[in-house]
Amino acid sequence: MVEHRPWTNIIAYAILTFGVFIVAFPVYLALIASTHDAATVVGGNMPLTPGGHALDNYYRAIFVGGSRAIREPVGQMLLNSFISAIGIALGKIFISILSAYAVVYFRFPFRKTAFWIIFITLMLPVEVRIYPTYKVIADLKMLDTYAGLILPLIASATGTLLFRQFFMTIPEELLEASRIDGAGPFRFFWDTLLPLSVTTIAALFVIQFIYGWNQYLWPLLITTQDSMQTIVTGIKKMLYTTDELAEWQLAMATAILAMLPPVAVVVIMQRLFVRGLVETEK
Amino acid sequence: MANVTLRNVRKTYPGGFEAIKGVNVDVGDGQFCVLVGPSGCGKSTLLRMVAGLETVTGGEIDIGGRIVNQIEPADRDIAMVFQNYALYPHMSVFNNMAYGLRNRGMAEAEVKTRVEEAARVLELTPMLERKPRQLSGGQRQRVAMGRAIVRQPKVFLFDEPLSNLDAKLRIAMRVEIRRLQRRLNTTSIYVTHDQLEAMTLADILVVMNGGQVEQIGNPLAIYEKPATTFVASFIGAPPMNLMATRPEEIRSQLGGAGEAGILGIRPEDLVITDQTPDGGVALPLTVEAIERVGAETFVYGSREQEQQRVAATPGELPPGEIIVRIPGTEAPPIGAKIRVAALRNKLHLFSGDGRTRLEA
Repeated sequence: MVEHRPWTNIIAYAILTFGVFIVAFPVYLALIASTHDAATVVGGNMPLTPGGHALDNYYRAIFVGGSRAIREPVGQMLLNSFISAIGIALGKIFISILSAYAVVYFRFPFRKTAFWIIFITLMLPVEVRIYPTYKVIADLKMLDTYAGLILPLIASATGTLLFRQFFMTIPEELLEASRIDGAGPFRFFWDTLLPLSVTTIAALFVIQFIYGWNQYLWPLLITTQDSMQTIVTGIKKMLYTTDELAEWQLAMATAILAMLPPVAVVVIMQRLFVRGLVETEK
Repeated sequence: MANVTLRNVRKTYPGGFEAIKGVNVDVGDGQFCVLVGPSGCGKSTLLRMVAGLETVTGGEIDIGGRIVNQIEPADRDIAMVFQNYALYPHMSVFNNMAYGLRNRGMAEAEVKTRVEEAARVLELTPMLERKPRQLSGGQRQRVAMGRAIVRQPKVFLFDEPLSNLDAKLRIAMRVEIRRLQRRLNTTSIYVTHDQLEAMTLADILVVMNGGQVEQIGNPLAIYEKPATTFVASFIGAPPMNLMATRPEEIRSQLGGAGEAGILGIRPEDLVITDQTPDGGVALPLTVEAIERVGAETFVYGSREQEQQRVAATPGELPPGEIIVRIPGTEAPPIGAKIRVAALRNKLHLFSGDGRTRLEA
């Protein structure tokens, strides 16, 4: 839209600034809180400028753990979160690109049925099927393992749908040209389909990494040992104290740390991610 | 080097739609065969069956003495140029051309020699490292050609390769394709809906309609003696004038032309004159519109007494309308009454259903 009315610009920017403020202020508050000592934070008059305990707080959060309330340093929780988020993202990309390839490019009996069964799982997120899923994972002795954290969250249809839609925009002639050029199904997948899917893969990776990172209910259910808990569940446990004050400054430091990897993934993959969502390069 | 022979080839889709209803074509070694027809006539399906991209319901496809019905496209020793080129978007021009060779396990040195030779012939050498999206339409077209010729196949298959190009480039590429094919002397089958492309490229022209072959032959022979009214109106632009004529009328004017029900005259065979040539026909016309295109003028005239519609498909004229092609220097005024005539040997006579040509 091309308009040259200064007032509309000013109003638009004012609304925008207000919106950014609403979103950013709690994050800023967490950041500030993580730089003060416990007394300042719980004192009721928290300053809006950084304090002097940043290094101390982050060191304790990452390597030592809280004095009593946190039984595990954040370092281990970060690692757990990272492994399960990467596992979920990569696992999902792997199975969904293969299943989409099968559904789009192969003619086999009950192809449509297979697709619809995959599609229906969209209506069954982990929360809905949580009891049977827990039972299966428990029977497979996967409680307190990375496999138990990762596998149930891989099983859903979003990735398959995304790849299916993308594959359907690839002209049929490309497959035919490959066949004439002597490329079998595996070669076509590896040499043509995979390179063309890079942006879609990046988009799915970002979405799934954040999805996996932010899981709360499932890790809470299947991890009993502190050494297996993820950072998102860990933050909650930090604030759950019975007979003493929660160490808010450590919780806030942990929250900031928990935010960093997803932010890094988005920043690094942003260009590919946006292209994956909007561009159709053929 | 190979002959391509289609014997009673049929294609029925699972829904029961019969796309190809028994086609027999014989393309000799090194010949350029063009399949032409309106959209939906089955010409592309037929080509894709030769390529192995569509299954064959009945009949035999024979390439170089080998029945290929059950053979994979890659093993048929054919190369195909697609309408949208189907270049691999993520590969450089070099890799696009080399891909098929490498898949066959050819030594890298040989691949390099062949691709560079093809690039030289097609003037693509400076672009070998570029990606397809950095090329113009004509250059992409040439890469698609290059991908076909590096393989040195027995047969080239072209599926409307020029229809995505602008008019000027299309003519240039048409000449280039013909020159290349003559030079390599590779048997080729070319599908198009453009009758001008068909006429200029073909050694053998196959005119198709509704899944069947209407006529096969030398392009000029087809032009001069179309076998059906469909061919008569499809080959030649503007199309042949077709008029329903009662047998007795034709008999009285032409003498003994038997069962003829339809009379055809090409626009260029009509002359504005007051005389009636011996044995020929003369038609009084009212000028409805004219088109002056420089070298020639097209006059659209109407015959008052002729209101009966003639069954002919594409390019068909409205009932009673006649196109006359005259030199570009002339232009009768609109509304003028003129009289046009054609010589006896320029008349085409067809049976009443348009399916049979009658020789007078």
